[in-house]
Amino acid sequence: MTDQVLKQITFTINGVKRSLAIDIRKSLAEVLRQDLGLTGLKQGCGVGECGACSIMVDDVLVDSCIFLAVWADNAAIRTVEGEARDGKLSKVQQAYVDEGAVQCGYCTPGFIMATTAFVEQCEGKTVSDDEIRKAHAGNLCRCTGYQHIFNAVEKSMTPDDPMPGQDDHPNQES
Amino acid sequence: MFNIETHIKAGSVQEAISLLMENPNARLIAGGTDVLIKLREGKPAFRHLVDIHGLAELNGIEKLPDNTLVIGSGTTFTQAIESDIIQTHIPILTDAAGSVGGPQIRNVATIGGNICNGVTSADSASPLFSLNALLSLQGPDGTRHLPIADFYKGPGRVDLGPGEILTAIRIRPEDYEQAFGYYYKYAMRNAMDIATIGCAVCLKTSGGTLTDYRLAFGVAGPVPIRCREAEKAVKGHPLTPALLEKIAATVVRDVNPRTSWRASKEFRLNIITELSKRATKKALTRAGEELS
Repeated sequence: MTDQVLKQITFTINGVKRSLAIDIRKSLAEVLRQDLGLTGLKQGCGVGECGACSIMVDDVLVDSCIFLAVWADNAAIRTVEGEARDGKLSKVQQAYVDEGAVQCGYCTPGFIMATTAFVEQCEGKTVSDDEIRKAHAGNLCRCTGYQHIFNAVEKSMTPDDPMPGQDDHPNQES
Repeated sequence: MFNIETHIKAGSVQEAISLLMENPNARLIAGGTDVLIKLREGKPAFRHLVDIHGLAELNGIEKLPDNTLVIGSGTTFTQAIESDIIQTHIPILTDAAGSVGGPQIRNVATIGGNICNGVTSADSASPLFSLNALLSLQGPDGTRHLPIADFYKGPGRVDLGPGEILTAIRIRPEDYEQAFGYYYKYAMRNAMDIATIGCAVCLKTSGGTLTDYRLAFGVAGPVPIRCREAEKAVKGHPLTPALLEKIAATVVRDVNPRTSWRASKEFRLNIITELSKRATKKALTRAGEELS
């Protein structure tokens, strides 16, 4: 590798500032997976059709396989690895678990990011079924048949219980 | 890894023009959703890149004091969809932008790239044909404004001279005020698909007649086209059901679809006649008109 193909870039990855020399020929998916070991995102089709590589760049959902790594300079990147906090899954992740929206898991990190972007954009708004489907049209799943994923998205959007725990399983507690 | 040999980031349009003049083999990259696919396929034409991704100068939608709408070429489809100006004045472009790819693609792909890529199936092209859009092309010798219909030279070939960059798309007030449009995309899937046929209609009505009618198609020929025969045939036509039949009967003279693995010529012709009617009806509904 010559100096010509290396470029120093700085960005925030899941809240942590990083500076590294990247190969200008690499996609952001390749830098995240190969250089930073963030293998949650998957490269499926490599041409922006399957969404398995979906991540957020400055809170915008993108296919990282067709996004040049150099474009990440000065950006804030979010991948599925950054969604759980202190060992606790994000609300979206938990909804995917609860609804059985995960089977082989290959598409899941991309779907989680698509749902997270959608939920954040739609905060406080009422959304239609069509809007949920359209917002996830860029992600393919070959296992679940989508209905479980759809249910998980809906669950992700329900407001939190204001007094969590109080009414949970009242019969079991007595 | 993409087969990129040189990659130079341009900090301004002026710099991008100079870089293109210095590197005649270089091509522009903006959203990258077409260029990076071509590089992935190993196409050598894109090995040298001048990068205008995210250039603020090219981004944005505004309405000038004379009511001309100006859409920066670097505007993404998502920005176009969310734009109040576009929704209010030219919702046909909201229809078209919403039909492109999926959310991830719309978040990155630019309207200028869609046009400069030169393909007949570009969803933003036929609506812009129907709006008589003018393209602002900035080059080493200044800026010229070219009607979009004159921009397409052939499949994948557009009228961009050395060092020239599409900076903006302009829609003049006389072309959109009191005009109503609709873009109808026919594809095998409702998302993540290339148009089998794209149909754009822009019309004006007055006193029960059609006073202005502009019909454009994508994938009905090697490049997006306007249907001048059909337009001429129905200008001034009363708003009766016979109007739709007349459009459908004449539009076949304007188009030249081909057989490909996506669809046969015969099937495309059938869709063209059907969509010309449906899109016109939808545009009439937007105009608050009903055929009687």
